[in-house]
Amino acid sequence: MTRVDRNGFAIALALTGVCTIAAGQEEESWIIQNARIHTLAEGAEPIESGSILIRDGRIVEIGADVTAPAGAAVIDAAGMDVYPGMMDSVSQLGLTEIGAISATVDTVELGEMNPHLRAATAIHPSSEHLPVARANGITHAVVAPGRLGGFGGGGAGISGQASIVHLDGWTVEEMDINASAGMVLTWPTLSTRSFNLATFSMDRRSFREAKEEYDRQVAELGEVLDAARRYAAAGEAGARERDVRLAALGPVVGGEMPLLILAQGEREIRGAVEFTKEQGVKMILLGGSEAWKVKELLVENGIPVILGPTQRLPGEEDEAYDQPFTTPGELHDAGVTVAFATFGSSNSRLLPYEAGHAVGYGLPQEAAVRAITVVPAQLFGLAEDFGTLEEGKVANLIVVNGDPLEIRTEVEHVFVNGVPVSLDNRHQSLYERYRSRPRPER
Amino acid sequence: MRHTKLFLAAALLGAPLAFAQDTVIRGGTVLTVTEGTLSPGEVLIRDGKIAEVGTSVTVPDGAEVIDATGMFVMPGIVDAHSHIAAESINEGSVAVSSMTGTGDVVDPYDVNIYRELAGGVTVSNILHGSANPIGGLNVIIKHRWGADAAGLVLEGAPPGIKFALGENPKRSRGMPAGVERRYPATRMGVQDVIRQAFIEAEAYRQEFADYEAAQARGERVLPPRRDMKLEPLVEVLEGTRLVHAHCYRQDEILQLLRVAEEFGVRIATLQHVLEGYKVANEIAAHGAGASTFSDWWAYKVEAYDAIPHNAALMTERGILVSINSDSAEEARHLNQEAAKTVKWGGMSEEEALKMITINPAIQLGIGDRIGSLEAGKDADLAIFDRHPLSTYAVNQMTFVDGEMLFSRERDQAMRETMAAERAELEEKLSEGDAAERGPGRRGPRRGPREGVRR
Repeated sequence: MTRVDRNGFAIALALTGVCTIAAGQEEESWIIQNARIHTLAEGAEPIESGSILIRDGRIVEIGADVTAPAGAAVIDAAGMDVYPGMMDSVSQLGLTEIGAISATVDTVELGEMNPHLRAATAIHPSSEHLPVARANGITHAVVAPGRLGGFGGGGAGISGQASIVHLDGWTVEEMDINASAGMVLTWPTLSTRSFNLATFSMDRRSFREAKEEYDRQVAELGEVLDAARRYAAAGEAGARERDVRLAALGPVVGGEMPLLILAQGEREIRGAVEFTKEQGVKMILLGGSEAWKVKELLVENGIPVILGPTQRLPGEEDEAYDQPFTTPGELHDAGVTVAFATFGSSNSRLLPYEAGHAVGYGLPQEAAVRAITVVPAQLFGLAEDFGTLEEGKVANLIVVNGDPLEIRTEVEHVFVNGVPVSLDNRHQSLYERYRSRPRPER
Repeated sequence: MRHTKLFLAAALLGAPLAFAQDTVIRGGTVLTVTEGTLSPGEVLIRDGKIAEVGTSVTVPDGAEVIDATGMFVMPGIVDAHSHIAAESINEGSVAVSSMTGTGDVVDPYDVNIYRELAGGVTVSNILHGSANPIGGLNVIIKHRWGADAAGLVLEGAPPGIKFALGENPKRSRGMPAGVERRYPATRMGVQDVIRQAFIEAEAYRQEFADYEAAQARGERVLPPRRDMKLEPLVEVLEGTRLVHAHCYRQDEILQLLRVAEEFGVRIATLQHVLEGYKVANEIAAHGAGASTFSDWWAYKVEAYDAIPHNAALMTERGILVSINSDSAEEARHLNQEAAKTVKWGGMSEEEALKMITINPAIQLGIGDRIGSLEAGKDADLAIFDRHPLSTYAVNQMTFVDGEMLFSRERDQAMRETMAAERAELEEKLSEGDAAERGPGRRGPRRGPREGVRR
């Protein structure tokens, strides 16, 4: 199927049945009509039957009474729901294609201090993962470098800058929302055991040794930030020597760019909070398996959490079987700002279900929806343009036939950057191709 | 006969097979899976079996009555592909490891037995790993949390064996330095190993046939030497041992079906079978079942053409399909995984539920006693607070052999006791030399799902 030629005619929208296209209009615009619109705007109730007019990439009008301008393509969404497009707050979309084939994986660079590397440099716009995620309503995503999910130990350090992109565009530059949205830091883990890949066995060491290494790693991080401050000061004073690493950390020490700190255990989270407090830098916690143990600390310090997959096993044998399921609700109740992320690529489409799973275990449904739309937009300073359906905002939105967190709900239309995108993808086309394979004669 | 003996042995070993009391579950919606949905419906449990299912069942004197108003009662979930409750189950040093079996290493203390019970799973097929074309024997367990290793084993289930095709048995992925490569290294070699093993098994069977014939003639002959590698393969040739074959790509699926047909063997289940949708006609003609993941893809080359519509496409072509977990985590929400076949491929809700209950039970040869809510079947069932295909559904109770082995309410009540016990232990620890210890733990954490090897 074809996407829309943004400069001219609507070629062949994949919006079968419900969309009538007025070809030849000067200016492309779309109007979604008769929909139940969940604007998610602060304090707003859903519009039971309303319209959204989209032009030049933005929502230009929204409400119960919107007149369709001549030439606007009409999408009749009677009986359907419209929500803001979903945002995967941490993913590796476009950085990896086939996990086992290293030639297709650009997630982890060598070295432990790579603040100057940017995810957007290596996002592959033709990745098959993008249309797959998009077809399930993920319209934009944070793409983060680093070993985000890997097996314990190792990988500590700064892996680079996370980039936020639309999940559609001819080039990565067209996809760009913010190429330098946050600095990814994998917090050191204090562990007496580590997996040795060379021997396929566990290495053990004493607590004292582990602690010494941990302290050294934390101290090094502090030294790098100090160096970045001196570098910035020297630059202001006219120094001309260029250091791309220290320059990249400028926005972090300047308080403009958040550190996205991946930490799972209670000790590591406490360490990271203490560190960022001392350093006076912004922190967003990623992962946070044991964030439920430090709720007060997170609230006191105003630290939001981008939770890793809800659907995972408890960290301890004696942890409650449902701890990973109840954590989002517990954090929300305590007043911690919570967003969800898949931390992956092929599984990015499962984002709504990671959020939905927490609803059965105490997170209010509305909070779960907000945690994959409004909240991530706020966390990354995009609230003016993304996260809700309001006039003037970028039209990243989805039309669905029910509750988007329910697996059985189907995504009918997806707008990315103000344009309806095809819902076709590798899976859909393989499905259609093999479904049409002749059956054997009986 | 064997069945009864095992049953008795399990009872003597203290497996929770002692049936105390009749139980009636009433007020909820009963998803029988094979005989429609009763709303409201009732279930009578007696002696570990389902005695009655209907809109109104007998309520015997003294029966415990469970009010399931607003809830959904379904058969216990059957996971046709699991590696929990077992230690070290991938004997990869040889290409044929049929002399090994997971039944010898059942670990009744694995907490995943309980965690999955909490997700409504009552039966799991514990398979050998996939390092070799012909792997070890499998064992089917019931999630009788609290029973010992022998007590977990599902008595009377047909025996089975793991086969594996493609990337894993050809060991194409990085081996630790210094490890010698093992034949086979290609899919061609994988088929050859299977064919050679069947040829050996046929010859072995003939040796015994000749020996028995000689004995019958009254000759004094020595019996052939027993071979524990070949005995299970003779059972495969005779159709008394089920083959569960790990596979991905369409070409390897076909080559297995053909080599099996060469020896008159029918493959019981194709496991994973991610490209099964491409050769669904052939799988249906062969008569193999298919047990697949709901939607994992792209973690390796042979999973690049995996599509979430696989289960539906295979079902449409007449294949019996189940959705499995292959993961202690995924197994906790197989109900949601089944829901994905409704979304991708348009299965009906009943078809979706069958894929995690009666279909895997039939595939494992236990469909006559497990997998649906019908009178006479084992009283294995789960009670969800919403329709189990809802993302929001939370399992409230799980029954195994009529006994409530998981209750969410009871679990929550136990947490305080657990916390107190832990605090006490920590205090005792800290009385020792605290300086050398951290606040106990930690192993490597499980990462998000894409890190998990399949």
